[in-house]
Parts: sequence; structure tokens; C-alpha cells
Amino acid sequence: MKMSLKLIMGNQAMAMGAIHAGVQVVSGYPGTPSSEVLETISSHAGESLYVEWSVNEKVALEVAAGASYAGKRSLVTMKQVGLNVASDPLMCLAYVGIKGGMVVLVADDPGPISSQTEQDTRHFGIYSKLPVFDPSSPEEAYEMMGDAFAYSEKYGTPVIMRPTTRVCHAYAPIKMKSELYKNTLEGFKKDPKWVIFPKLSYEAHLNIEARNPVIGDDFSGYRFNFIEGSGRKGVVSAGVSYAYTKEALSLLGAECRLLKIGTPHPFPEKLALEFLQSVDEVLVLEELDPVIEKELVYLCGIHHIHLDIKGKRTGNVKQAGENSCESIAQVLSLYLDIPYEKPEVLANMPALPVRPPVLCAGCPHRASFYAVKQAMKGRKAVFAGDIGCYTLGNAMPLDMVDTCLCMGAGVTITQGIHHAEPDTVNFAFIGDSTFFHSGITGIINSVYNETDMILVVLDNSTTAMTGHQPHPGTGKTMMGNITDKISIPAILEAVGVSDIQIVDPFNLDEAAKAVERAASKKGTKSIIFKSPCIAIIKPAPLLKVDEDKCTGCRKCIRELGCPAIIKSGTKVQIDPSLCYGCTICAQICPFDAIGGDIND
Amino acid sequence: MINCLLAGVGGQGTVLASKLLAGCALNKGLPAHTAETIGMAQRGGCVVSHVRIGENMHSPLIPLRQADLIIGFEPGEAVRSLAYLKKDGTVLVSAHAISPTTASLSNSVYEAAEMIDYLKETGINVIVIDTDSIVKECGTSKILNMALLGAAVSTGILGIGLSDLESIIDEKIPEKFRELNHKAVKLGAQALAGKGA
Repeated sequence: MKMSLKLIMGNQAMAMGAIHAGVQVVSGYPGTPSSEVLETISSHAGESLYVEWSVNEKVALEVAAGASYAGKRSLVTMKQVGLNVASDPLMCLAYVGIKGGMVVLVADDPGPISSQTEQDTRHFGIYSKLPVFDPSSPEEAYEMMGDAFAYSEKYGTPVIMRPTTRVCHAYAPIKMKSELYKNTLEGFKKDPKWVIFPKLSYEAHLNIEARNPVIGDDFSGYRFNFIEGSGRKGVVSAGVSYAYTKEALSLLGAECRLLKIGTPHPFPEKLALEFLQSVDEVLVLEELDPVIEKELVYLCGIHHIHLDIKGKRTGNVKQAGENSCESIAQVLSLYLDIPYEKPEVLANMPALPVRPPVLCAGCPHRASFYAVKQAMKGRKAVFAGDIGCYTLGNAMPLDMVDTCLCMGAGVTITQGIHHAEPDTVNFAFIGDSTFFHSGITGIINSVYNETDMILVVLDNSTTAMTGHQPHPGTGKTMMGNITDKISIPAILEAVGVSDIQIVDPFNLDEAAKAVERAASKKGTKSIIFKSPCIAIIKPAPLLKVDEDKCTGCRKCIRELGCPAIIKSGTKVQIDPSLCYGCTICAQICPFDAIGGDIND
Repeated sequence: MINCLLAGVGGQGTVLASKLLAGCALNKGLPAHTAETIGMAQRGGCVVSHVRIGENMHSPLIPLRQADLIIGFEPGEAVRSLAYLKKDGTVLVSAHAISPTTASLSNSVYEAAEMIDYLKETGINVIVIDTDSIVKECGTSKILNMALLGAAVSTGILGIGLSDLESIIDEKIPEKFRELNHKAVKLGAQALAGKGA
């Protein structure tokens, strides 16, 4: 019999789970590994389903909250560091509560694979006192999304859905519901409860403290919290680590008593107590912080249960990075005293090609960085970077990112450096999407406080790093509408930036002149290097190396680090499958050896 | 449970190939799961796709030493992934190397032959596919993934037949590319038959 299951990504599964749960307003800000959730939902957008990429995560969460106040089911998506930006509305909303079910989807990134931090959003759940759902597979994530909306409405609180990269990006055959949830809630009703005041917050705090143990008991019977297996040795696991644990047990041919946690907060204490009373010792296998481990130690303490609880605290499980089948099999092998032959490192392996992330051939950021670097040769200058593809400008040979902290921080780190070292020329590089996300307030700060800095906006007309999402400067929305493009130079002018130059970075001479001009002036100056990401344009005529003229000096390779320029004997060659015809190699070649099609 | 690992470089079509294999399995009524490990690189970085066909799988990623077949889209990437191979597993590998984008900056020279020799010296089953001739005959390197899939299913290791692969191409690939993809699959299968496997 043929199964009618569709292979979909964990993020798509959560998107479909939300749609089938009747979600009507969805907002978010792109961030790996969360972006595909909103993108999937947007392909179902229509009259009764509104979807937007918001300007940043704080804005997104507030939009979703407003929709929920008005009785709609709403979803907001972001990556873990995005919740730092959205933490202000999150903390307050936890007190105010919601009407229509509201899910705050925050994807964590153990490793980290593509993030600044390894922060654990389960802590945010505990801190904000909100329920947290932690799926262990795409299949479970699909089901949990519907449950999350139901619990949210049942308790009148936003809830957090916290998948991790391996669940977000794994593909599984998902059995979908055929019926859509029908929302019967009425719209926005004026009520003092929507206005946060100290007195209301005090009462809400008491209510939350009374409510959470009730939710914890409710969760003790929740279908994705369960005990399985037998034996006196206990193992507790959650998220993708539960999947690794199951796989490792089968590799080892072992069995144990296993408690699986799908809702780390409020902790399902009754279920956990039942488990703790059935075993002689406990090993906790989880990623990021020892959240479940601490809950168990706490439970043992208050219930006077004498159990050895092993995990991160005891050094059995490593404290940072991802778990894997192998790491968990090793820990389990020691714990259960079952031999495990650790896969050996292969002997005599030849040196493998190294493939670090680099800016694409033809990327306009390469030209922008190169122009600034050339113009500032011999000057004392600091180059503050930011979050996006252009963080890759830190790689050799460009080496043009001296600092990178968090979204929008380049603009303001620069100001601090200026106040500490006024004789340095201070640059802040920021992409167009990051500019709208959290760059503008920093620029206002610079103008207001009369800081000398050069703001370099790398405007490639898209959110490239996370997969080319539109933003306010692109003139497109996730509802498919064409809107007015919000002009970056108009914003800069409005906030009082004194000198605004718009330059094509691929014209290296002009670009360098613009940098010199900006560096000669006081105050907050800006250069907008405007050129689209190669992923959204067609290549220009490709370039060729004239072998007769090429002396093999390799200046192009040494200074640009373009992936399309490769060594060929004593000379260089351009790989036509990678070249985008950006021409910067031709512009810097001292022997005029690069040209080809453009000169034909 | 059959585990198949596809190892290549961004832009070679490993991810699509893994989806097609999983689609073949689903069409046969077998559960299939896939997952990728991709770094930050948009192009030219290492891409590994994990395809798991059958019941009783839990981890989205294949554990080390559990892959029945590694499809190496590129010799260096096949070697890099070798720790995933079962003791009696098979490596099917394209002979064509992709130089890393940073090779020009360093002085490291990367030779495909060295990688292939290493694979052969380890004593595992190695099938080298001359993908250059297939690419030449098809006129584009974009069909590399299809040629390798044609060869891979012909090994019989995956429990998927050529006809399964042909129907999933008809199902998933836009019509204008179908004929070329079928051609590449056929040439890949022929290349394998030529090895006497």
C-alpha cells in the first residue's frame, strides 16, 4: 500500500501544524535555523491568514500579541538571539496574557552551527514563567504545534515552542490532519487587563505562580512526556537528544528506564517523581544547559529522594556543543556498563581540502571592503562589522572585520571606540536588513552625541545570509504586495547624518574616493555601497585572463580572495562557472591582463 | 534500515539527490528520513546529506560506521565522510575533484588521485565513476547528481530500482529538464554496469 505521506522539513512541519491549528496572524524575523517556518506559511497566506517579516523580533512579537488580543491565533518566529531583542515584550506579555492562542517559536542552535551564542531558550521560559514545548522530531513538532495553541488558549498565556537545529532542518514523512481548527473567539474587547500597571502586574504575578504548578500537573499527563523501558538505571532525555538516546540504545543493544521530557517548563513534576521513585540512579542527556538536570536535583531535594543524578554538573555530559549518537552512546556505555566500540579515527588519511565559508565570487561586499581597505592604507582605522554575509569579510585576505557582537552593534561599538580613541578613523559596516532591524537607533545616537564615525551601509537589496528574505528597503512584502521602498538615504538625511554618498562599490576608484572624502570630515558620515546580491541578479559578461599579459604576480589572488580566481601553473585563471563579471580583478590587475568579454 | 550518505560541495545538487532517494522510498511505501549538515557557506562549502530508509530510525543523522553506501560527489568529500561507512559498506565516488575556493590562497595542492588511491587502499568496496565523460556527453555539470544516482541505485544496495528513480524524476523534476536528467541517470547506470558491479 502506498503511503500518502509527504517528506517535509521540521520547520515546514511546524508551519503546517500552525496552519492546521488555525493560525491567522504570523510574524517573525529571519534567523537560522527558524526562517523556513514563516516562509512555508507565507505560501498559504490569503484572506484569513496574514504573514509578515517584521522589522525585528521585538516588533514581530508585539504584532503577534496584538492579533492575539483581538482573538486570533498568532505565531511569531525567530532564532534564539532574536528572543533577546524581543525579550521586553515577552516578559511583559507574560503578565498581561493573551486571548487567541499565541505561540512564540524560538529555534535554538546547539553547536552553535550558525549563531553567536549557545543560549538555551528553556531558561527564557523559566525566566518569563511561560510554558515551553521542546519537540524531539519533525513528526512530534507537527503535533506539538497544535497542542501548543490549545494550551496557550486554555491557560490564557503565550507559550514557547523551542525546537533545535537538528529538528528544524531534518526531513520526515508527516501525516497531516485533514481538518482545520475553527476559531470562534470574538474580536478585540476593550478591557483594563490589556494595560499593564504595577497593581495589575502584582496580581498577575500571584496568578502565574498559582497557575504554573497546575500546568506542570497537566503536563505530567501530556502525551509527549512519558516513561518507557525498564530497569533500575534511569535515563532522562529531551529534544533531539532523545532521538540520539534511542538510536544509541539500539546500537548498544541496551535497555533502561527512560523518561522523555517534551515540556521542560513548567516541569511535569508528578511524572518525574514517579520516574525517580522507580530507579536507583539517573543520567540526564540534554543539549545546551542542564535545565532538566537541575529540575531533578531540586525535586530530589524537596522530596528527600537519595539518588545520584549524573549529567553536565557531574562531567558525564559535555557542557557545550551538540550531542550526537556517538557522544551519547559513549556516555550510555559507561553508565550502563555495556561495551561500545568507539569509531576509531581513520589512519593515514590524506590532507583534505579545506572549505571555509567565503564571500561568493562577484559579491559586492568584497569590492566595498577592498575599497575601504585601500583608502585607509597607512591610517589608524578600526572596522566594526555586524551580522550577515559581510561578517565573512573577516577572512583573509580582506581581513576587514575587527569586531562583531550582535545585530546592529557595529554602529554603536564604533562610537565607544571613538570616545576611547578619538584619533582612530572608525568605520561601522552594516547590511541593509540589519540597518532596518536595529541600526537606526545607533545612528541617531551617533548624530545626537556628535560622534565622528563613518557608517558604511552595504546595501545588497536583500537579507542574503538567511536566504534572501525581503525587508522594508526591498518594496516587497510576504503577502506578495509591492509597497513603497523605504529609502535608507532618506532615513539618514532625516536623522541628521551630515554627509551621505551613494556609490557603486564595483567602481573601485570612485568607492575609494568616497571613503577618503568621508574620512576627511568630522561628525557622522555615511557611504551607501549599493549593488545587489549576486543571488538575485544575472551574471554580467564573464572575465578572462590573457595568458600572454599575466605575469603570475597573483595580486588578484593575494588581495581579493575571490573563489573564481584560481592558480593555473605559474599564471592565474578565472573559473567561468563561478565568475559573475564583477570586474574588480580587472580593475586591480597591474598588467591589464584581465578583461576578456567586457573588452571584446 | 538502509543508510545512505551523500557527500559533496555546495552547488553540486546533493540535497536534491537525497530528496529524490527518499521520495523513491516513500513511493514504495517505506518510511524515509533525510537531514543535511551544512556549514555557513552558501557556495563551495561541504554538504552532507543523510538518507535513512526503513523502520526503527531515531536520529536524523546517520551514526558513524552505519552507512551502507556513501555517494561521494567529489573524492575529497568521500574521504572526509569515510568514518560513516559500515565495515562492509560501499563508496561510490565521482572521479572529478572540486578545488576549494581558498586553494589559491594557500599552497596546498589537492589531487583527486590521492583521495581515490586512499579509498582503494583502505580495502573497502570502492566504485569510481568517470563523471567527466557523462558531463561532457550531457553538456552540463548540473546533471552530476543524476548520473551518480543512476549508478547508486544500480548497485542494488539501496533497495531502489532504476524505474523508481525514473518515476520520481517524472514526478519532481520540471518537464524541460526531465529528458536530460533521464539521460544522465542512464549514463550513470551504464557507467556502473561497465564496472561489472
